[in-house]
Amino acid sequence: MKILVCISHVPDTTSKINFTDEDSSFDTNGVQFIINPNDEFGLTRAIWMQQQQGAEVTVVTVGDNSCESTLRKCLAIGANKALRIDLKPSDGFEVAQELANICKKENYDIIIAGRESIDYNGAMVPGMLAALLDYNFITNCIELTVDGDDAKASREIDGGIETVSCKLPIVIGAQKGLVEEKDLIIPNMRGIMQARQKPLEVVQAIKGTIRSSIIKFEKPSPKGAVKLVSADDIDQLIDLLHNEAKVI
Amino acid sequence: MAIVIYAESENGKIKKIAFELASYGRALADKMGIPLIAVTFNQEENDLLGSHGVEKVIKISDESLNDFNAKQYAKNIATVAKDNQAKMVVLSASANAKYLAPILAVGLSAGYASNVVALPESFHPLRVKRSCFTNKAFNISNLDNEVNIIGLSSNSYGIKEDPKSLEVIEKDSVPVNSTLKVEKVEKVTGKVTIAEADIVVSGGRGLKGPENWHLIEDLADTLGAATACSKPVSDMGWRPHGEHVGQTGKPVASNLYIAVGVSGAIQHLAGINSSKVKVVINNDPEAPFFKAADYGIVGDAFEVVPNLINKLKAFKEQ
Ligand SMILES: Cc1cc2nc3c(=O)[nH]c(=O)nc-3n(C[C@H](O)[C@H](O)[C@H](O)COP(=O)(O)OP(=O)(O)OC[C@H]3O[C@@H](n4cnc5c(N)ncnc54)[C@H](O)[C@@H]3O)c2cc1C
Repeated sequence: MKILVCISHVPDTTSKINFTDEDSSFDTNGVQFIINPNDEFGLTRAIWMQQQQGAEVTVVTVGDNSCESTLRKCLAIGANKALRIDLKPSDGFEVAQELANICKKENYDIIIAGRESIDYNGAMVPGMLAALLDYNFITNCIELTVDGDDAKASREIDGGIETVSCKLPIVIGAQKGLVEEKDLIIPNMRGIMQARQKPLEVVQAIKGTIRSSIIKFEKPSPKGAVKLVSADDIDQLIDLLHNEAKVI
Repeated sequence: MAIVIYAESENGKIKKIAFELASYGRALADKMGIPLIAVTFNQEENDLLGSHGVEKVIKISDESLNDFNAKQYAKNIATVAKDNQAKMVVLSASANAKYLAPILAVGLSAGYASNVVALPESFHPLRVKRSCFTNKAFNISNLDNEVNIIGLSSNSYGIKEDPKSLEVIEKDSVPVNSTLKVEKVEKVTGKVTIAEADIVVSGGRGLKGPENWHLIEDLADTLGAATACSKPVSDMGWRPHGEHVGQTGKPVASNLYIAVGVSGAIQHLAGINSSKVKVVINNDPEAPFFKAADYGIVGDAFEVVPNLINKLKAFKEQ
């Protein structure tokens, strides 16, 4: 069984978000980058399949060489090998085309990507990849078991959970629940040492079609100060919510 | 040419988010001088769409559509879009719509902008404002394609009535090849979901334990609200994962968000920031949530919340 885990290299959740070049690009100055949290849940699930079912786990990212530290971390967590497609992508469709190109050559049985990245929040790449490959696709996935070429999965829907079954190959949109927070693997010294020896291959990009481009960033307008209401005067809060904010 | 929306329904009723899509689609259609078409699946009663600006409903009915299959739904929406030379397809931010949107984008060779928060700034090229960095920022994107898909953020445009004479056309479903089968759907009935709620009441670690959640539930019931929680609360199993909101959980874009015993960590705030009005109840006046909230009460949740529930009940009875 061959698994590909698609990794997005994103700013740490506590990062201050600023922009440069007249607000046309994200300011990476002083920003720590991490594995996109949704991808990390997926990676951990893949490592379990490696440990329990002998799967081979490849991680891939589409990005410039600044992303290699994140790929090394994935190798330290346990991935067998890493690929970096050498391209600074413009949109989700461009990323999906690059990934599809790799998948067509390698015939992975399971492709796991985070359901969305926490930087651009596009929620596009896994679905577009599945469509380009014509593979089954399950997003918001919180449970996955694979037996032979049968997959069973659960996904979070609005107000509940849906369980589905299908055949491999499959693209999964991962999120918390696929594994729990406590199950995330923190690389140990041995893992980090081994990661240095594992293959990290740089692949040339095919440079597909771009269908959207960001021309400018904006920050939300600053918020007014909070109106404090005394705990003894709940009526005032109700009055404010009803007459001022008009939300109840 | 046309604007096409996918009007979602459940248990025989058009969902509220569909009316927001219809209102938004109406504005696009007026600006471009072309009709607004809604696609519905297995939905008998479609009149209310006509009250919200829709001129034509294409009603697709088939047993195979009883279960949601993203590929099949996308294929059918794509067929309607192609048949009517749609310039734009507008989708909601529901779990199902976000599921099928990227498949539809590939099927239509369309551009796709998710998390759109307003009407386009221009049409040639299509220029839209989208939230990004989990609501910490916005970006302005250009989409220069024959067909584009807009994923509209919940509650970003609002619902506007605009009665039109409605034509309903029945159409057969286009089948797809798929080995994907829905085995089971478990849904809490009669509960407002976070995605559709006008009001969300959220509890954090300050509530001390799951046994105290009746406070959150009673407050939510009184307001007709959905319940939510912070990440550690779901990690500890006090509440189901589906209630976890924030940067790594569900986004919230309600009109009113009430946070009880939630400190207001940056990751929590990121996910709920696009809610219009935020209220915090916390016994620590230094809690970061007070900087993000519109209204706040410094006080003990165990005293404030029961009081608030009683007063709200009295207010509702007026
Ligand atoms: C990568 C990453 C992603 C994350 N993603 C998310 C996310 O998506 N969502 C999320 O919520 N968190 C997320 N977090 C966690 C986040 O950093 C915080 O730890 C979390 O939000 C805190 O939850 P809390 O407010 O419930 O608990 P705490 O921070 O412990 O706050 C509890 C609050 O309750 C108050 N309190 C205590 N007793 C009372 C009382 N009797 N009455 C009133 N108030 C009381 C306290 O003053 C305190 O402010 C993430 C963290 C990381 C590292």
